[in-house]
Amino acid sequence: MSDLVTVRQLSKRFDTPGGWLSKPRSMMAVRDVSLSIPMGGVLGVVGESGCGKSTLARLVLRLLEPTGGNVAFDGVDLTALPKAKLRALRRRMGMVFQDPYSSLDPRFTVADVLTEPFSVQGAALPAGRIATLLDQVGLSRTTAESYPHQLSGGQRQRVGIARALAMHPDFIVLDEPTASLDVSIQAQIIALLQGLQRDLGLTYLFISHDLGLVRYFCSSIVVMYLGSVVEDLPDPQAAPRHPYTAALMASNFTPDPRHRKTIAPLSGEIPSAFNLPRGCAFAARCPHATDRCRTEKPGLTNDNGHRFACFHPL
Amino acid sequence: MTAIAQSAILRSLRTPKGTIAGAWLAALVFMAVFAPLLTSYQYDVQNLKGAFAPPSSHHWLGTDEFGRDLLTRIMYGARTSLSVSAIAIGISVLAGMILGASAGFFGGRFDRAVMVVVDLTWSFPEILVALILVAIIGPGVTGVMVAIGVAYLAQFTRLTRAQIMAIKSETYIEASRSLGASDSYIVFRHLIPNALAPVLVSAMLATGDAIILEATLGFFGLGAQPPTPSWGGMMSSGTAQLFKAPWIILFPGLAVAITVIAINLYGDALIRALDIRERLRQS
Amino acid sequence: MLLEVENLDVGIGSVRPLSQITFGVDRGQILGLVGESGSGKSLTALAVMGLLPLIGGRITGGAVRFAGTDLVRLPERQLRALRGRRIAFITQNPMTALDPVQKIGAQVDIVSRLHLKLSASAARARTVDLLTQLRIPEAAVICDAYPHQLSGGMKQRIVIAMALAGEPDLIVADEPTTALDVTVQAQIIHILATLVREKGLALILITHDMGVVAQVCSSVAVLYAGRLAEARPVFEIFATPAHPYTTALIDCIPRAAMAPGSLTGIPGAVPGVARYPAGCRFHPRCARAIDRCKTEVPQPHPYGQGMVACHLAGGGDV
Repeated sequence: MSDLVTVRQLSKRFDTPGGWLSKPRSMMAVRDVSLSIPMGGVLGVVGESGCGKSTLARLVLRLLEPTGGNVAFDGVDLTALPKAKLRALRRRMGMVFQDPYSSLDPRFTVADVLTEPFSVQGAALPAGRIATLLDQVGLSRTTAESYPHQLSGGQRQRVGIARALAMHPDFIVLDEPTASLDVSIQAQIIALLQGLQRDLGLTYLFISHDLGLVRYFCSSIVVMYLGSVVEDLPDPQAAPRHPYTAALMASNFTPDPRHRKTIAPLSGEIPSAFNLPRGCAFAARCPHATDRCRTEKPGLTNDNGHRFACFHPL
Repeated sequence: MTAIAQSAILRSLRTPKGTIAGAWLAALVFMAVFAPLLTSYQYDVQNLKGAFAPPSSHHWLGTDEFGRDLLTRIMYGARTSLSVSAIAIGISVLAGMILGASAGFFGGRFDRAVMVVVDLTWSFPEILVALILVAIIGPGVTGVMVAIGVAYLAQFTRLTRAQIMAIKSETYIEASRSLGASDSYIVFRHLIPNALAPVLVSAMLATGDAIILEATLGFFGLGAQPPTPSWGGMMSSGTAQLFKAPWIILFPGLAVAITVIAINLYGDALIRALDIRERLRQS
Repeated sequence: MLLEVENLDVGIGSVRPLSQITFGVDRGQILGLVGESGSGKSLTALAVMGLLPLIGGRITGGAVRFAGTDLVRLPERQLRALRGRRIAFITQNPMTALDPVQKIGAQVDIVSRLHLKLSASAARARTVDLLTQLRIPEAAVICDAYPHQLSGGMKQRIVIAMALAGEPDLIVADEPTTALDVTVQAQIIHILATLVREKGLALILITHDMGVVAQVCSSVAVLYAGRLAEARPVFEIFATPAHPYTTALIDCIPRAAMAPGSLTGIPGAVPGVARYPAGCRFHPRCARAIDRCKTEVPQPHPYGQGMVACHLAGGGDV
C-alpha cells in the first residue's frame, strides 16, 4: 500500500525576537521528524505538553511553514507548492480541532459553517450536501439553522467533523478532537470517526495525549518528546522499547483495580524547550540514564519498522 | 449577523431601563425628523414683544430673548445635535475600524506606525483636540464634525485593533485557513463581523459624549452658527438671562442631559443583552 | 467513619441540583467521587466544605457529619476553624489556585502560622519539609519563587503542600490532576495515595477518570445528574457494577485489547439542572430502562457492601 503522507526530516524553529531587556531566543518545536502514513491508515501521534505534536499537525497541512524538511501528500511536495495549487489541494485534506467552543465562528449557523468550504474554494454547494453531512455525523437536519452556542460540546465537535468532510477529502488531521469532552461523548465521537474512516476510506493523523485511546484507535503509533520522535510502533500492541513510552504506558491507568500499575517515580519535570539539554532529552528523568545518554543524542534505531531513539532500549 | 443584532436589540428593550431609554431616544429622533410637522412656530422668526415669556399654554417651554418658541428651537436643535454627533462618530468608526483592523491584522511595523499616531491623539483630552481643530478649520457645523471625528478616532482604532488581535488567535480562524481561505476572506467574513459588536456599542456611547462635546463647542460659539439652533448655543445665550428667564438655559440643558443619560442607559441594556449571549456561549 | 454524608440536598436559587447524596470515607481510605460534567461532584465538594454560599447555594437538607459533628448546623465561625485545619481543599486548576503576586513560601507558610500558630521560622522550616516530602527539588530555593515560574505539576504539588500544612484529617481534592500531563498526573496521584497511607488521612478524590479511580481508590461513589447512582467498595463495583451508568462509564474507556468498534459511548448527554427527566434521571440514556424507570425515582438501597439507586438492581449478595 503506498503512503498517502510522507514527512521527511521536518523541523520547525520558533524565534522570539529580543526586546530591550531580553535576548532573542529560539526553540525547536519540531526537530527532524520523519514518518509516513499509508493510504487508509490511522497514525496516532502521542506525547505530552511541549512535545510538538500540535505543531506537527499544522506543519503536515502546511498551516505553518517548516524551517526544515518537507511534507509530501500523494507524491506532491507540499512545501514547495505555490499558493493557488496548495489551496486546490486543500480540498483533499481536512482538519478537526481540539476546542469545540472556539472552532466554530459564533456568528455562523451550522449551515454557514458547512457552506464555508465551498465558498472558500469557489465551488458551488451541491443540493442536499448539508443534509448528507449532518446525517453522516449523526446530527438531526434541524441543526442546520442552529448557532454554536445552542449546541453541546459533542454536537459542536460533530459539526467540526462534518466541515472537515465537506469536500470529500482523503486525509483528515485530528488534533486531540475529544480532549475537551466527557468520556461518554468521547466514546461516541471515536465510534463516529471509526465508522467514517471505514465507510469513506479516509486516512487519519490522530494527535492525542491519551495512549490508551491511541492504542485502541490507531493502526500505528509515533511517540514524541520535546519535538523529536522517540519511538515509532507499526504495531500499536507491541511492547514499548523506549523508557518514555514505558512511562506513558505506566501512567495510563486501567479501569480495573486488579491490574493496578506500579508507578516508578519519574524525577524532575519536562525540561523547557528553550533550554534543551545536550544528549537525550529524556535523560534527566529516565531511570536507566547513563553518562552516554546525557552527552550524546541517540539516533533512531530501526528494528523491522519499529523505530526507537535510545541507547539502552527495553 | 443581523439576526443576532435584532435579537440583542429586542432583548435589550425588554428591560425597564432599555424600554424607557429606548422610548426617549425614539421620541427624540421622531421629533428631530418631523419637527416642521409637530410645531407651527418657526425657529428663526423673532417676536420681540413676546420675548422672555415663561412656559404657558401658547409656548410650552417659554420663549427666548428673541421671542422664539423654545420648544420649537429645541426640536430643531435636536437635528443639529443628533446629526452632527451621529455623522461625526459614524465617520470616526468607519475610519477607526479600517485603521484598527489593518493594524491588528498585519501587525509588525505598520501596526507600530499606526499606533504611534493614534496614541498621540489618545493622550490629549477630546475637548482639547476638538478646540485645536476647530481653531484651524473655523467655527461651523463642518468644523465641529471633523473635530469630533478626529477626537474619537483613537478610541475606535484601538478597540477594533484589540478585538481583531484577540479574534485572530481563535480556532475558527485557523479552521478557515485549513479550508484554504485567503486573508481577505478571513478579514471580511470572520474578523470584522465578530469585532463589530463591541465597537458599535462603544460608538453608541461615544455618541452621547459627542453630543456633550458638540454642545460645549456650541456653548463657546464654535458650533452651528445662528440662526441655526443648537442646544449648546441656546445654553450659551441663556447664560445672560439666568435669573431673569432661567428656562432658556434650563430646557436645552435638560435636553442634553436626558439624551446622554438615555444613550448611556440604552447602551448599558444593549451590552447586557449581548453579554448574555457570550455567557450562553461559554456554558 | 470520619466523614458521613447523609441524604444531602443542595439548592441554588430555585433549583435543586443535588438530591439525597449519601457516602462516607474513613481514615486511610480514598473515596473516588465519579461522574461526568454536570453530575454535581464539585457541588458536593463545596457542600462538604461549607462553601456553597460562594456560588449562591445552600444545603437544603441532610447532614454532613465530620468526626461526629454535623457541619450543616455549625456557624460559619466554627466552620472556618475547621477549614484548612482539619478539612483541606485542593482545587481543580492549579494554574489559578495560587496568588500570582505572592512568593510560594509565603503562601504555604501562612497556613501553618494561622492554623498551627507556628512562628515565622518554624513555619518556614515546616514548609521546606513539606515541599521536600512532595519531591519538589531545591525546596528552599523554590520558596522564593513566584507561581508563574513553576510548571503545572509543581504548582499542584504546592497546592497539596498548602492542604497538608494544617495537618488535616480529611482532604477534598476536586479533579486535582485534570489539567496536568499524564506522567505528571501519575506522579501526583501516587503522592496522594502514599500520603493517605502513611499519615492515615481520609481523601475524597473527585474525578471523571475511572482509570484513576481503579488505581488508587478504596471505595467509589458514582453521581449522575445530581443523584447518587451507586456507592460501593472499589473491587466490588468494578467486578459487578450494579447501575447501568457505572457499567457504561467503565465501558467508555478505550483499552488496548478491546475489539475495534466496541467503544460506543452513551447516547445522549447529561441533562442540565433545568431538564432533569422524571423518574430515574438516567432512563433516557439507559439501554435497560423499563416503564417504572420513567416515572418512579429509584431510592438508594443497600447492595453488596454499599448502595445503589436502580430499579433493576436487586439485593445483590456479593
